[in-house]
Amino acid sequence: MNWEFIVKYLPLYQKAAVLTLKIGIAGIILSFLIGLFCVAVQNYRIPILRQIVVVYIEISRNTPLLIQLFFIYYGLPKIGIRTDPEACGIAGLAFLGGSYMAEAFRSGIEAIDLIQFESAYSLGLTRRQTLMYVVLPQAVSISMPALVANVIFLLKETSVFSAVSLMDLMFTAKDLIGLYYQTTECLFLLVVFYLLILLPVSLAGRLLERRLRYAGFGT
Amino acid sequence: MADTILEVRHLMKQFDDLMVLKDINLTVHEGEVIVIVGPSGCGKSTFLRCINALEDIQGGEIRLNGELVSKESKNLAVIRQKIGMVFQSYELFPHLNVLDNITLAPVKVQKRPKEEVREEALALLSRVGLSDKAESFPRQLSGGQKQRVAIVRALCMKPEILLFDEVTAALDPEMVREVLDVILRLADQGKTMLIVTHEMQFARAVADRVIFLEDGVIKEEGKPEQFFDAPQTERAKEFLKTFTFERKHKE
Repeated sequence: MNWEFIVKYLPLYQKAAVLTLKIGIAGIILSFLIGLFCVAVQNYRIPILRQIVVVYIEISRNTPLLIQLFFIYYGLPKIGIRTDPEACGIAGLAFLGGSYMAEAFRSGIEAIDLIQFESAYSLGLTRRQTLMYVVLPQAVSISMPALVANVIFLLKETSVFSAVSLMDLMFTAKDLIGLYYQTTECLFLLVVFYLLILLPVSLAGRLLERRLRYAGFGT
Repeated sequence: MADTILEVRHLMKQFDDLMVLKDINLTVHEGEVIVIVGPSGCGKSTFLRCINALEDIQGGEIRLNGELVSKESKNLAVIRQKIGMVFQSYELFPHLNVLDNITLAPVKVQKRPKEEVREEALALLSRVGLSDKAESFPRQLSGGQKQRVAIVRALCMKPEILLFDEVTAALDPEMVREVLDVILRLADQGKTMLIVTHEMQFARAVADRVIFLEDGVIKEEGKPEQFFDAPQTERAKEFLKTFTFERKHKE
């Protein structure tokens, strides 16, 4: 192992890690919002929008992120929308993640007994209040393991961003290998940086799960 | 006679092909305690759920203080605030502690000041012997305690009528009493209540009027002494017999 090389190119990886995180976090936050929007549409049974959501979820779940990125990166300019790689990365991640988050939320909501809704209605809560104060907090608790898994999955999916010339971790590693043939060192750094990003997320998710684990325990 | 609070006229309820309630008529006056008894599956619980518009109905109408209670009502949420309901399975909100369970609706729905509701909730909790549980979560409570919290939660909305749907059916025998005592005290305070129960001793003690429901119709109706001591219909006699035990061949 050439440690000199590693030390020399560490800053490049740091820069790439910051970019990966930036895009990852922005994309994940958008995924959450899209997911919430989708379950709200499904829960309120809004006509037309509901069908659109179903189509979106199936397309988003059943096509690879790489292809989605290509469509956004090469396709949008064709219809006159200018995009930069970062915005593309965020949009791509959000497009993919939205359906995963929607499905995670849905599984949480479906796990809640109808009579919990009725209990809230009988206290005079409206549909919206019931969703906000009674159903969603419990649904999030139930969905927590799935949501955390999605966050980790989406952060890892950022590794395909290199395909649209975003200088993320994967791009940096491939670039350096191409330039210097220091394959072991470059991949070693890559793994270390992914672990540095993802292990804390995984750990924080565990703690959050434990903290929020109230649903299903004695109503 | 006191003012009419609830008026049920020709209520019909059907699940697919099954007619569960056929032409139910009932008038509930202010301060009246009505106990509904009857065999399993006779429609008692469905009847209560209809009154709270948790079920859609196929015929007839339900009026609370003259106002139509229906799933289609625009102001259904407002009407439901006036109808308190306690479920067999408690249905507290597991992610909120006892105090928040009780204050959620008064604060968010009735927009009452949080401090005022909090004080009232604590006062009610102490009346049912649970002052020390205000910060506890539902999972930390026994069944009887949960049910008392559920009653307080309904009470804190200051409803005009309370519906109790077999509230002790899921409880261990030694916890039944603590819950029924609370309901008895509410009766003494003059609360208007509709109670579905299988506890006949309790029914007798608490009721102003007993209604015997079977096959979706009211088969018999009367004062508790009259119903329990001298039931008029054969079906009521048979039903009451199922609550007494004797050995056929005693040595």
